[in-house]
Amino acid sequence: MKRIALLVAVGALAVAGCAPVQSGPSGGAADEKSGQLRVWLFDEVNRGPKQAVVDQAVKQFQSEHAGVTVDVQYIQISTRAERFKGAFSDPKSAPDVAEFGNTDLAGYVAAGGFAEVGADLDKWPDAKDLSPSILDTAKVGGKVYAVPWYVGVRALYYRTDVFSELGLTPPKTLAELAPLARRIRAAKPDLFGISVGGKYTYGMLPFLWASGGDLASQQGGKFTSAVDSTNGRAGIGRYTELLAEDICPPQQCAQNGGDASVQAFVSGKAAMTIGGDFNRGAMKAGAVSGKYAVVPLPGMTEGSVAPAFAGGNLLGVTKSTAHRTLAVQFLQLLGGKSFQRKMFDAMGNLPTFTDVQRAVAEGDEFERPFVRTLDAGPRFVPATPAWAKIDAQAVLPTMLQQIATKAQDLTAATATAAQHMNEAFGS
Amino acid sequence: MIGISRDGRAALAYLAPAALVLIGLLGYPIYQLVLISFYDYGQEQVSGGAPLNWLGLGNYAKLLSDSQFWTVLAQTVGFAACCVLGTLLVGAALAVLATRVRAVPRALLFLAALGAWATPTVAGSTVWLFLFDANFGLVNEVLGLQGFSWTYDRWVAFGLVAAQVVWCSFPFVMVTLYAGIKAIPGEVVEAAALDGASVPRTVRSVILPLLRPLLVVVTIQSVIWDFKVFTQIYVMTGGGGVAGGNLVLNVYAYQQAFAASEYGLGSAIGVVMTVLLLGFTAIYLRALRRSGEAL
Repeated sequence: MKRIALLVAVGALAVAGCAPVQSGPSGGAADEKSGQLRVWLFDEVNRGPKQAVVDQAVKQFQSEHAGVTVDVQYIQISTRAERFKGAFSDPKSAPDVAEFGNTDLAGYVAAGGFAEVGADLDKWPDAKDLSPSILDTAKVGGKVYAVPWYVGVRALYYRTDVFSELGLTPPKTLAELAPLARRIRAAKPDLFGISVGGKYTYGMLPFLWASGGDLASQQGGKFTSAVDSTNGRAGIGRYTELLAEDICPPQQCAQNGGDASVQAFVSGKAAMTIGGDFNRGAMKAGAVSGKYAVVPLPGMTEGSVAPAFAGGNLLGVTKSTAHRTLAVQFLQLLGGKSFQRKMFDAMGNLPTFTDVQRAVAEGDEFERPFVRTLDAGPRFVPATPAWAKIDAQAVLPTMLQQIATKAQDLTAATATAAQHMNEAFGS
Repeated sequence: MIGISRDGRAALAYLAPAALVLIGLLGYPIYQLVLISFYDYGQEQVSGGAPLNWLGLGNYAKLLSDSQFWTVLAQTVGFAACCVLGTLLVGAALAVLATRVRAVPRALLFLAALGAWATPTVAGSTVWLFLFDANFGLVNEVLGLQGFSWTYDRWVAFGLVAAQVVWCSFPFVMVTLYAGIKAIPGEVVEAAALDGASVPRTVRSVILPLLRPLLVVVTIQSVIWDFKVFTQIYVMTGGGGVAGGNLVLNVYAYQQAFAASEYGLGSAIGVVMTVLLLGFTAIYLRALRRSGEAL
């Protein structure tokens, strides 16, 4: 008995006396004008062209800045979370400039990872042409923390051979989409009317936004989920209506994310899908090559465009950098108009400057529907670290799958999702 | 060191190296786990962007009041129980078979079992997924079930994953029990036969009691392994199945807490799992001791 009491006492002391490890506030006081600038960029499946453009930027930067070397590391997208968490916890291993996904921004900023660059952008002539809705994806709490490097938006891909055989035209409003998809599957039972997925959150968002709904509303810095509002439910219902036997059977579609949904179209199993400009390479290599066209996903009224999710990557300067001036200069070189254009030519990444976008659309028919979608005003997920949590906890995919599999009805599933979202916003 | 005899001191000195290793490798992580579970400890706190916030039992209260946690816990217990039963039955049956067949078939049996045992879990799970793929899988091809998804229905998916778990963990049971059966002296079995015991009677009254210590070890091992299954569920059901229907505790902890950077909550789940497993082991060992078989 005595021994147990002793153990409890020691345990209580140990718990009360210590706290879990925390790394100190990251530095960033120094601003050295020479030495090595460390840059992290994402690795790609086909990195060659990207690397060639980046190498060119590095060469130019080094020739303009004597005594400065630029060390570029390519990090894996799948392990980025661990890499960045590690870098924020240990500033010595952190880069000075880094590429990262815009949905990760709010979390990284809350973790104290990236520095504000709003004042630097004000002095940068290129910045005035940045598309405002895309610049919004680089803001948290109204402050700018990065330069949008490129965007990706999704539009409606359809099979031209199937449509002309059946004498169909692409839908003019969002309400026409489901009946059209149903008609195609009835005529061609081996095709999905439209390939969508139960885990394809970014494919669902345009339906939500076009119906007047939103993910969350913000009031005084506090977010509240809006997926269970009347308009939100209508939009989600319009999407999950597609996950049905007579369009895209749940057995085959409910477990699909964006890649798998597009893959079904690429391999010739679907008459339509929601895909991005970044899926162009896959289309070229697939069974549908030369047999497809793209239009903007229509909105509620004829001629309107459903707001797309403004996915994309940002370039930011870390808070812990000891080369702040150099880092901002490199950011403005690699993220500037000239190198964004080069990145488009090399990788097909859509630029974030409106004038460069227009120039790109003029020269390339494939990009036109995507640039039109960008012009119509894409939208973004709530700029709060809670979004990363909601994403990791698969709140929205779970909701879509519950509705698609009829495990819960629309009302119950959206209510549960809203509750989980509010818990994340509240913590 | 007052009150400790010379022998005691010598024993402590001999135990010290092992104790140091155990404290370093087991004690310290568990200490950290328990400690973190009392805090609101997210990425902001780790990297020093936000102050630490002592929650006391807050993480536990949140966890235990979450209805999904209880569903997942029940699912985990049921799933682990089926896996343990399956593993023990398959392992024991094949161990008996191995003692009854000739050298060449026995060598083949062991080769196959060790192959399954040696396959890395991620690779094994992926290969099983390929085999059971809805459109291109060999199984659907043979059964003529084109387009049938094995991971769509909750119970079918659990069944498939359980089969994979049994497949990759029965070799341990088989090898251990085979060695145990082989170690039973031939005279004992012979004596039972001379006394006129039937085969079932010999198994029940002679072989099983002799194998008991080994059975205890493989059962506890299997329970701990199967309760902590992560990879198979994560890989084969795409991170927890349709609408989270195939979540087990470990995957749930990863999804809800670690991937979402809620390390405090995740640690609380870890502590709950550790306590459950320790509790199970203690009850099991105690029941054995009561029935007169100390381990």
